[in-house]
Order: sequence, then structure tokens, then C-alpha cells
Amino acid sequence: MTTARPPGHEEARPYVRPRDRWWFARRRSLAVFVLRELTSVLVAWTVAYLLLLLGAVADGTTERFAALAARPWMVALNVLALAATAFHAVTFLNLAPKATVVRLDGWRVPAWMIQGGNHTAWLAVSALLAYLVLRSS
Amino acid sequence: MRRRLEPYLWLLFSGGGVVAALTLPVLVLLFGVLMPLGVVAWPSAAHLRALVDAPLVRGAVVVALTLCLFHAAHRIRFTSEELLGLRRWDALVAVLCYGAAVAGGVTAITLLF
Repeated sequence: MTTARPPGHEEARPYVRPRDRWWFARRRSLAVFVLRELTSVLVAWTVAYLLLLLGAVADGTTERFAALAARPWMVALNVLALAATAFHAVTFLNLAPKATVVRLDGWRVPAWMIQGGNHTAWLAVSALLAYLVLRSS
Repeated sequence: MRRRLEPYLWLLFSGGGVVAALTLPVLVLLFGVLMPLGVVAWPSAAHLRALVDAPLVRGAVVVALTLCLFHAAHRIRFTSEELLGLRRWDALVAVLCYGAAVAGGVTAITLLF
């Protein structure tokens, strides 16, 4: 990358490699990585949506919220948010054994057990929340 | 200052990532897809109010939503810098991202308390 500079030009600016704007489209693994990172935008949206719901509950305007939620574009957006949050959940919970090594008496708990535990917790929390929301309604 | 702050931001990121993974899919499935489509009936307003009635639950909701927002803010910060080439503006991007997360947390507090 470095080229010999002519005498008297030693102070010339260093060569800066041009940025590859499409670096994430060059390889499948990079595309998946970027897709995973972009789930965060829809995670933020989901929180905003839940805040809107909480606001409606506080103001007693849940009917209006339900009408807004039923608009086709809103349903489409939330289907996308569901896909993104589920993708986030799978990838994030699978990542856990890479971040933390659990040892019991020197025995290293294998990755699949930590991941299995995480996914079981996901299922349990989801079932509990669904039960709390849906019971007696 | 930055150096000392960064580990805590990563901690918030990973804590928020776990909370988001465990809670958000089922909530958006119920409130965003199944109820609007009429597959499941909307709970009554009284039932929804009762769900977030206990102060402990309100506190937990605020903490959970804020953690999710910090998780998103952290990822959006680095992803926007990588995708759009904003690395040079990191300080500004960071302030905008975490600032939005704090604003969301404050909104949650004002809505629930």
C-alpha cells in the first residue's frame, strides 16, 4: 500500500484506503451480522409501542390505541418487529456461553446446556407474561 | 472518563439484551399482532390497569423498558457508525443514542408514576 515518495515529498499525506460502502453485502456472514445488529432498531420501536400502550392505559384511551394498532401498516410494522425481536432473542441467547464460561467444580458447563437453559427461560417468561395478560379477559 | 464509562455501557447493553430477548417477542406478538388481528381479544382496560397497578410491577416495567432501550441505543450507536461511516462523530452519536434511551426511560416513569 505504501509507495516510494519522490525526494522532497516526504511530508505528503498518508494513503487512506477508500471506505467500502457495501462491505456488509460482500459476505453472507457479514450480512447476517448487520441484520442482527439492525434488530436493535425494531427493539427500540417495540419499546416505543409498549410506551404508547402504557400511555393509553394511563389515559383510559385503550379503544383509540386498539384502532391505531389495527391499521394495516401498524400490523405490518409489528409483524416485522416480532420477527426482529425473535431473531434477536435466538441470536442473543445463543451468544451467552461465548460471553460467560460457567465452571462447576472445574467442570466447564457445555455451551448447549447454557443455551438450552436460556431458551427454556425465554419460553417460561413468555408463557408467564402471556398468562398474566390473557387470564380472565 | 470515556474509558471508565464504556464497561458500564456494555453491561447495560448485555443486560438489556437479555431482558429484550426474554420479554419483547411475546409482548409484541400479543399486543402488536394477535390482538390487532382479532385472533385474541383485547383485555379490558380495567384488566390492563390492574396489571401495572402494583408499585413493584411499575418499577420493574420502567427498569425493563429502560434496559431494552439502552441495549438498542448501544447497538444503534455502533451499527450506524459502521454502516454510515460516522466513526468520527462517535461522541455525538453516543450522546444522541444514550440520550434517547434516557428520554424513553423518563417517559416510562412519567407514564407509570
